[in-house]
Amino acid sequence: MRLPLLAALATGIALPALAESWDDTVAAAKGQTVYWNAWGGDERTNDFIAWASDELEAEYGVTIQQVKLTDTAEAVTRVIAEKAAGQTMGGSVDMIWINGANFLSMKEQGLLHGPFLHDLPNAKYLDLSDGSAAVVDFTIPTEGYESPWRLAKFVLTHDSARVAEPPKSMAALLDWSKANPGRVTHPAVSNFMGATFLKQALSELTPDAGVLQGEATDEAFAEATAPLWAWYDDLRPTLWREGTTFPENESVLQQMLNDGEVDFAMAFDPAAAAAAVERGLLPETVRSYAPEGGSIGNISFVAIPYNAAHKEGAMVVANFLLDPATQARAQDITVLGSYSVLDPAKLDDEAGAAFAALPSSPALPTNEALGRTLNEPHPSWMTRIAEEWARRYTE
Amino acid sequence: MTATEGRTLRLIVLALVAGGLVLPILAGLWETARAAFGVLPAIGATDWSLEPWHRLFALPGFGTSLTLTLWTGFASTALALALAVGFAAAMYDRFGVKGGARLLTPFLATPHAALAIGLAFLIAPSGWIARLISPWATGWALPPDVATVNDPMGLALILGLLVKEVPFFLLVILAALSQLPVRRHLSAGRALGYGRGVVWIKVILPQLYPLIRLPVYVVLSFALSVVDIAIILGPSNPPVLSVAVTRWFLAADTSLILPASAAALLQSAVVIGGIALWRGAERLCAVLGRIWTRRGGRGVSAEPGLMAAGGAVVVLMGLGALALVSLLIWSLAWRWSFPNALPESWSLKAWMRPGSGWDAALENTLIIGIATTTVSVALAIAWLEGEDRARLPRAGWAEALIYLPLLVPQIAFLYGLQVVFLRAGISGGMIAVIWAQALFVFPYVMIALSDPWRALDPRLLRAAAALGAGPVRRLLAVKLPILLRPIMTAAAIGFAVSVAQYLPTLFMGSGRIATLTTEAVTLSSGSDRRVTGVYAVLQAALPFVAYLTALALPAFLHRHRAGLRGGAV
Amino acid sequence: MRGLDLHSVTIRAADAPLFAPLTLTVPRSTVTTIVGPSGIGKSTLMDFIGGHLARGFTASGSVILDGRDVTRLPAEVRRIGIMFQDAALFPHLSVGDNLAFGLASHVRGRVARRDAIEVALKQAGLAGFAERDPATLSGGQRARVALMRTLLAEPCALLLDEPFSKLDPDLRGDLRRFVFDHIRDRDIPVLMVTHDEADAAAAGGPVIPLGG
Repeated sequence: MRLPLLAALATGIALPALAESWDDTVAAAKGQTVYWNAWGGDERTNDFIAWASDELEAEYGVTIQQVKLTDTAEAVTRVIAEKAAGQTMGGSVDMIWINGANFLSMKEQGLLHGPFLHDLPNAKYLDLSDGSAAVVDFTIPTEGYESPWRLAKFVLTHDSARVAEPPKSMAALLDWSKANPGRVTHPAVSNFMGATFLKQALSELTPDAGVLQGEATDEAFAEATAPLWAWYDDLRPTLWREGTTFPENESVLQQMLNDGEVDFAMAFDPAAAAAAVERGLLPETVRSYAPEGGSIGNISFVAIPYNAAHKEGAMVVANFLLDPATQARAQDITVLGSYSVLDPAKLDDEAGAAFAALPSSPALPTNEALGRTLNEPHPSWMTRIAEEWARRYTE
Repeated sequence: MTATEGRTLRLIVLALVAGGLVLPILAGLWETARAAFGVLPAIGATDWSLEPWHRLFALPGFGTSLTLTLWTGFASTALALALAVGFAAAMYDRFGVKGGARLLTPFLATPHAALAIGLAFLIAPSGWIARLISPWATGWALPPDVATVNDPMGLALILGLLVKEVPFFLLVILAALSQLPVRRHLSAGRALGYGRGVVWIKVILPQLYPLIRLPVYVVLSFALSVVDIAIILGPSNPPVLSVAVTRWFLAADTSLILPASAAALLQSAVVIGGIALWRGAERLCAVLGRIWTRRGGRGVSAEPGLMAAGGAVVVLMGLGALALVSLLIWSLAWRWSFPNALPESWSLKAWMRPGSGWDAALENTLIIGIATTTVSVALAIAWLEGEDRARLPRAGWAEALIYLPLLVPQIAFLYGLQVVFLRAGISGGMIAVIWAQALFVFPYVMIALSDPWRALDPRLLRAAAALGAGPVRRLLAVKLPILLRPIMTAAAIGFAVSVAQYLPTLFMGSGRIATLTTEAVTLSSGSDRRVTGVYAVLQAALPFVAYLTALALPAFLHRHRAGLRGGAV
Repeated sequence: MRGLDLHSVTIRAADAPLFAPLTLTVPRSTVTTIVGPSGIGKSTLMDFIGGHLARGFTASGSVILDGRDVTRLPAEVRRIGIMFQDAALFPHLSVGDNLAFGLASHVRGRVARRDAIEVALKQAGLAGFAERDPATLSGGQRARVALMRTLLAEPCALLLDEPFSKLDPDLRGDLRRFVFDHIRDRDIPVLMVTHDEADAAAAGGPVIPLGG
């Protein structure tokens, strides 16, 4: 029982005051329906959110209504439309599953409620030290304006029955694709996953990856991305449909892998392939792996718009998502298979055991196979890469 | 006085239509236009400028998107019209009008999104057709790298539009043909030595076309601005303009809303310009046709062309039917991999899984559909009844007003409309969605109901009046029961239109109102065809049930009334 | 003063008068017949008297029924019955319900109303036809039902608009007799338009030619 005690000591005097105001929050949240705007393309995530709603209703009298988005930006646009109409209270978006550019955009325009992370009791399970993945979103300090809920890390997926020895780096992928034209593609770069694929390549190919942590100035951008475009110019003609068209997102790409139209899928979730096998969406022979030099990773967050109608309910939901029991369930391969965002060092024995007891799957990479996590570049890189790509390769 | 009452009634309906349907559209257009010229205070844009337009023209792929839109819109409309006319000509004597109309019902009832999703699977390189003929006929162990869907030329999109538009044209043509003395003119023309096909082109078509002109424009406008089919079947990099606009509106970079608004205005201009262009082409065809007719040539036989068109229509229908069947199979599959002709394992999990949410989406779809249809049918009846009581003729401008929502592209005013609704404090809820959907449902109900209503034998009403029945009793005891069948048909059409609505539901519901259509389109960009199949099957089944009800209920109630059987379609 | 009076009635279609101003008195218990070539506006005149004038026509003059000016009243309160050449039975109602639609509302009670309808059907020689679908009746039967329906409404005047023109010649005589017999009992003014001289002769009343 040393850990909770240490945590209590660490948070010090704030604890009693916090407890009181948290009780107020819980009381105010009772009976609220939280409109959680979350990408709806993954049925398992949708089911998980539905499960969370049932749990929350039983425990706190809070229900979640998932607003299934095809793109997170839809929710951002909605908040802006509400601001346009002068609706500064009672907005329709209570909580957003958010990341990177969307977070930056909302934070810069003052569209977020907070900081609220430190008000959540379960925040004590997080590594909140400076520079920790839980408090930085694409190099942008979250400053408590968003709360982590699931871990994302770039992996490639292949069917071991068709491709025994997959290429382990972006350079090797180019060679492979040249030898097997038309069997590789990536999601459209306007999509988050497509852009992440290019960022992964950029991180591997650029001479000085440290530059990516700063803002992308014109000069830095031109220099850092030159090898990327050279690589892509070679790769593109060998891609599926000669690189003239791309699947809309990683789900479509996964379906193409299943249909045999291509030989690789990619995901920002190491457990995605194993989960898909579990659900009959991929053959049992698929395997996931990270590029050997390490892969880009980040944490997915939830944020609350400044005009949300049910802020207290949203905070209760955010806190619930950080509960070790919730995180363990999320990591369960039969449920969601999403890696925990909590700091293992801060978990008590019981919580740790819950994680250790989770079932495994051959399609699930081990921690060793996942290798090192590369830091997300500053969001400006993603925006500029997407723009530059569109400029270069859109006819 | 009834005439005054009638005028009042019509005035009320007119005010409702103007205030409820037209004003919101104009207000929405206004907000969009403001943003297109740089004014959107919410994102800090307050100065009028042409900057959004400069940005729009500089956006990558803009030119290609525009060209694609024009190409797919015109090609699909012209081809659909030609095929439908050819089919009608080839089959006129062989098919009873009513039988034909009944055959078309499933295709008309199926929402675009469901059809497109099914079609996308059917014709994909790894799709059902490829699976049926692989590997024994093709030698493909893996699907070939051929662009059969999302092709850069938009051919798959054109195919999808054809599957949806040809049945619509056929129905319109069948209705119009019943007003023409086709048989007599065919006999007369053939007695003068013209082939059947030539009589169709030289004699019937010039009489037919004016009757179907407005529906042609509606189809052209639809084809130039469709979003859901284009997302599923159309090219993706770059997509057609309407999809690009939707993407820009929803992009992370909020300043894109300004060029997106400009593009939305441009989308309207494309539709208006497109219709003007079409109109010009009509005139040209009329002039050339007259010259051709005056020459009196009887030699050309159009018969093979007509048969080809007829054959093509049958193939299209076959594709549509297969697309729907493939959705049903997917919803019952567990694993179905290439190149198996049928799933290797079956499962009801997609239907049974708790919390997959189709029950909630179904409920929302039903509530919205029934509410929208009820409001629209009530408005349409009030409008027509007001016209009767005021003894007013059909007002041309009022008709145009009804068509407005069908002719102005949805994307052009929906964003602006969302802002307007937000200001009025009615956004993000059922009311807003029902209202926005009624904009599109009412015109179809009005179009479907007004002809049978006006065709009602006036002597029946005079007889009722002479027997002392006042206007209310005439309406309730004579008009509505006799017109039950067309009213039910109009309601079923309205319901089908409501079920199919994508953009209005997405924008006005703030994404909170999940219907079968919004979910199906969202899921179509996911990885699970089985769940998509469930939604699409439900989405297709619902309007079908409505049509069946529309056929069965009057047939049952009027089962002993020969005079009402087989009346209006 | 009981009866139906027309005072300088003219009807215009697009500003052109259809016929010279018409002034006419139709006394009770007689059938006054208006004859004239087709297209002269006989049926339009009937529409005007009954209050059914279609749009596109304008009329002047007045219609006086039993001393009451009904020109501006809506059709349903004029109490002028009308019988068309093709009967205009409501297709959605059974024969009995068609009659019930016409039967005056002061006849109260289910039994009383049903009896009144049975009597009317018997008079029309159609006993037991109450449940029949009007679409299954012959032309003569339909005409008789239409007349009974009109009479059950207890009109103060009756208009006959070419009531026999659609019937076979051999049926026509029977039906004429049937119609005129029933009307004579009623003690109401009857105005008939026809282009058939035999109709006018059978009616036995004054014959007024309608001219341009």
